[in-house]
Amino acid sequence: MRAPFGQTSDERQALHDRVWALLAPLTDPEIPVITLGELGILREVRDGSEGLEVVITPTYNGCPAMGQIEDDVKAALNAHGIAAQVITQLSPVWTTDWMQPEAKEKLRAYGIAPPHACEAVPSNVVQFAARAPRAPSVACPQCASVNTTETSHFGSTACKAMYKCLDCLEPFDYFKPY
Amino acid sequence: MSASYLLHLADNALILGQRNAEWCGHGPVLEEDIAMANNSLDLIGQARLLYQRAAELVGHGATEDSLAYFRDVPDFLNYTLLELPHSNALLPTASSERDFATTIVRNFLYSAFMVLVWDKLQKSHDSQLAAIAAKSLKEVRYHLRHARDWLVRMGDGTPESHTRAQNALHHLFSYTQEFWTPSAHETAACQSGMGIDSVSLQADWNAIVDQALQDATLSRPAAGGFVSTGKQAVHSEHLGFVLADMQSLARAHPTATW
Repeated sequence: MRAPFGQTSDERQALHDRVWALLAPLTDPEIPVITLGELGILREVRDGSEGLEVVITPTYNGCPAMGQIEDDVKAALNAHGIAAQVITQLSPVWTTDWMQPEAKEKLRAYGIAPPHACEAVPSNVVQFAARAPRAPSVACPQCASVNTTETSHFGSTACKAMYKCLDCLEPFDYFKPY
Repeated sequence: MSASYLLHLADNALILGQRNAEWCGHGPVLEEDIAMANNSLDLIGQARLLYQRAAELVGHGATEDSLAYFRDVPDFLNYTLLELPHSNALLPTASSERDFATTIVRNFLYSAFMVLVWDKLQKSHDSQLAAIAAKSLKEVRYHLRHARDWLVRMGDGTPESHTRAQNALHHLFSYTQEFWTPSAHETAACQSGMGIDSVSLQADWNAIVDQALQDATLSRPAAGGFVSTGKQAVHSEHLGFVLADMQSLARAHPTATW
């Protein structure tokens, strides 16, 4: 059976596998210990109407790393003579729940507290705890104490909040559930 | 008409994003400086996606850049609330002192509304808008949480912080009437299935606002009087100053892109 671009479907599949292998080592520009695949940004390698397409999905809408990620994907493929179009796709919506336990462990080892699972609340309800501590508590990536406090909802990048550990006194980033 | 609805949503995000970015380098504490910059990053990111979709519907070579940087005051469709300076009514010039309570109250009133709007827009018949809404909802929840926490802290804080928060509420509350006054482009978008009927969100918004004001020991001002008309492209005198600042770079370097 002939597949697009004058190649057999086996040949196309081999190319797709090669593209996945070439992109596998690419990491997030701002969190260089976790790969684009592990973050869930890299969605699909497919044949489009004009050739190879690599599908990525943005994290936060305004995340400035997305441009860099697109350039990194193109550069990694161009270095091996593969031309591909990078397609940005919004749906399904990226979520931190896609991160596997191994990826979360890499974040923790790097000093970033990994995200808790997103709350399964009805989507139009926003829950607050006005004077009570927020649950579940975030464990310090240095000493594993859960005696921590949020110092700011927003941190050095859109995806993180700032915390500090009240036991070892280290400040640290928390990757927010999204 | 459907392009106008998208431009209304995009202009809201862009203008508030630009306003909140004015705190960059001037925040009351470092953490809040960063929080405001993050808030703006989300809003400007939302605006960008909305302008990209609007550009497809506008046609005639429109781009996200031409829509954001080469339209003028009579073309912008944002709520008047979002273009006002960060100062109370007695200091109404673009250069007047920034008041953090005014910023927080505006972000609270608006994000409490947008949590409901984005939630409903997830079911928009325009699949691109529905996808943008699903992402924006996640972000605006953080904005609401941030603003609401500060609202309670200020209202239930010192006499000075309470007074400032209450004054900001008195100043801004009437502008929220614009949320509940449909424009022609909103009505058309609602009928086509792209948009939503924002009036139907009023009871839920009241519940969020009233609970927060109670926690913050603040009183709810009576909304009334003049209903602002920003979303119908009739603006306050402040928007021109915002655009002059925001668009100057693009107009000096018209071939630059995002």
